[in-house]
Amino acid sequence: MRADLAIIAEWIKPGSSILDLGCGDGTLLKHLRDKQVLGIGLEISERNIETCLRDNLNIIQSDLNDGLKAYFSDNSFDYVVMSQTLQATVHPEQLIDEMLRVGKQGIVTFPNMAHWKARVQLGLGGYMPVTKSLPNRWYNTPNIHLCTVKDFEILCRERGIRILERTFVDYTHSRSSLLMKLFPNLFSEIALYRFCRGS
Amino acid sequence: MPDSIPPDSIGLVETKILHFSEPLELECGKVLTEYDIAFETYGNLNEAGSNAILICHALSGDQHAAGYNSMEDRKPGWWDSSIGPGKPIDTNHFYVVCINNLGGCKGSSGPNTKRPGTDKYWGPDFPIVTVKDWVNSQHNVMKALNVDHWCAVIGGSLGGMQVLQWSIQYPDLINYALVIAAAPKLSAQNIAFNEVARQSIMSDPDFHEGHYLENNSVPRRGLMLARMLGHITYLSDDSMREKFGRELREGKLSFGFDVDFQVESYLRYQGKSFVDRFDANTYLLMTKALDYFDPASEYDHDLAATLAKAKAKFMVMSFTSDWRFSPKRSREIVKALLDAGKQVSYVEIEAHHGHDAFLIPIPHYMNVFHSYMKSIREAIQ
Repeated sequence: MRADLAIIAEWIKPGSSILDLGCGDGTLLKHLRDKQVLGIGLEISERNIETCLRDNLNIIQSDLNDGLKAYFSDNSFDYVVMSQTLQATVHPEQLIDEMLRVGKQGIVTFPNMAHWKARVQLGLGGYMPVTKSLPNRWYNTPNIHLCTVKDFEILCRERGIRILERTFVDYTHSRSSLLMKLFPNLFSEIALYRFCRGS
Repeated sequence: MPDSIPPDSIGLVETKILHFSEPLELECGKVLTEYDIAFETYGNLNEAGSNAILICHALSGDQHAAGYNSMEDRKPGWWDSSIGPGKPIDTNHFYVVCINNLGGCKGSSGPNTKRPGTDKYWGPDFPIVTVKDWVNSQHNVMKALNVDHWCAVIGGSLGGMQVLQWSIQYPDLINYALVIAAAPKLSAQNIAFNEVARQSIMSDPDFHEGHYLENNSVPRRGLMLARMLGHITYLSDDSMREKFGRELREGKLSFGFDVDFQVESYLRYQGKSFVDRFDANTYLLMTKALDYFDPASEYDHDLAATLAKAKAKFMVMSFTSDWRFSPKRSREIVKALLDAGKQVSYVEIEAHHGHDAFLIPIPHYMNVFHSYMKSIREAIQ
């Protein structure tokens, strides 16, 4: 399982309910099912939907950019998860609000645009970064709203969102190194946040 | 006529009739003292009795859902695209039952059958039956066939409404509910179309207040018009454009009121062939059952509260170009199910065929259907 998914799976309490936004082939949902987690996935790719259905997962075919209003009432889930998808949505800030309307807690993971490799490529090379966590070229990337660790935390502060937990990893390891812990914005490839509405 | 039966067809099938002499109380207050139900079955019930599936038919459907009744048949059953060996509803694995709804015209008691103990047709006096009544009578068939639970109840359009009704009327008897191209109740526009269809039948001079059989007549023009109107609502603007465009039948305008455009000729053909296979009184009854369907009306119009007692796992499907029961109507069902804490999947199939899409083997639709049915198969093993 992808490093960030493994961490999310640890964060989620057994027996809880989750909504996985952009659940892909359902890896996380399938894993969590064994922990008695009641999960529903939202997905747009036809192939992924077929895979999820074959695995007996609950899945709703919908475009995240249409929001969650059509299907989900307030406080319907313990967790709303969005892994590696935030940066590809049209209105990330609205979607984060929606996550906290529908769920008690939100969990997002995203590629950190300020990772040193990306900084070197842009700052010294002068071209748009292409890294393991950002594998596309500027013209064919689905990532239209890339951000950094710092950017995300500023957004949370501005919108009154309380960060409950954060972890930083690289693409292959599900544990933070000391450098990532000390300088997350410089050394982490993927950032993970668990958050809720601030009081 | 098929020269030979295609390998993925269930093959030759037979309609059977069950007679029930236990009275059936109907929602309208009337009682059917005895009645017949016509049905077909495909595949075999396994030893555990865990593989039975009920197929519910739509407005103009019947018990003949798959295969051929004889080698003379020009076409297979109405849902042959999805029922058969290797198809989504795989008859190698499932025991499939399809029932002609009460009030129908294909062998079950209805307006075109004779009133018990008399030599007279029911005609317009056949009681108004509702989706609830159908589910009750289907439950009686279920018992007669020694099926103690359905692993799935599946239906499209009006059939999907029966599935919803099953899920709340007999929540312990069904494991999976597949609701396709349906709605939780009709809209005013839906009812309006039904009313025009009914008026066209009832205003036909050959209708004779519904007693046309005794008068050796058939309200052909009225029923044909009703079907033509219905057919427009089953297609989409795009599919009609693609199929007919503004193509002329004779290559030039006639400057008269005869058929100029291909679409006119098609609709007339659809209407005419429908008259030969359907009964006008049944059409009236079926459209009323549609109009009356509104399970949430008994729960303060709260659909989530209505579905709260359901125990099945749900699969809801809709089609993007369906404007008769648009995806929005399916989303209402999905939202209510989610609010009620039910397990549900929902797929919105990209299709330009309109409401009829649920009968057409569109690749993504078939893949989704296959995948879901396969997961059911694994779950019941």
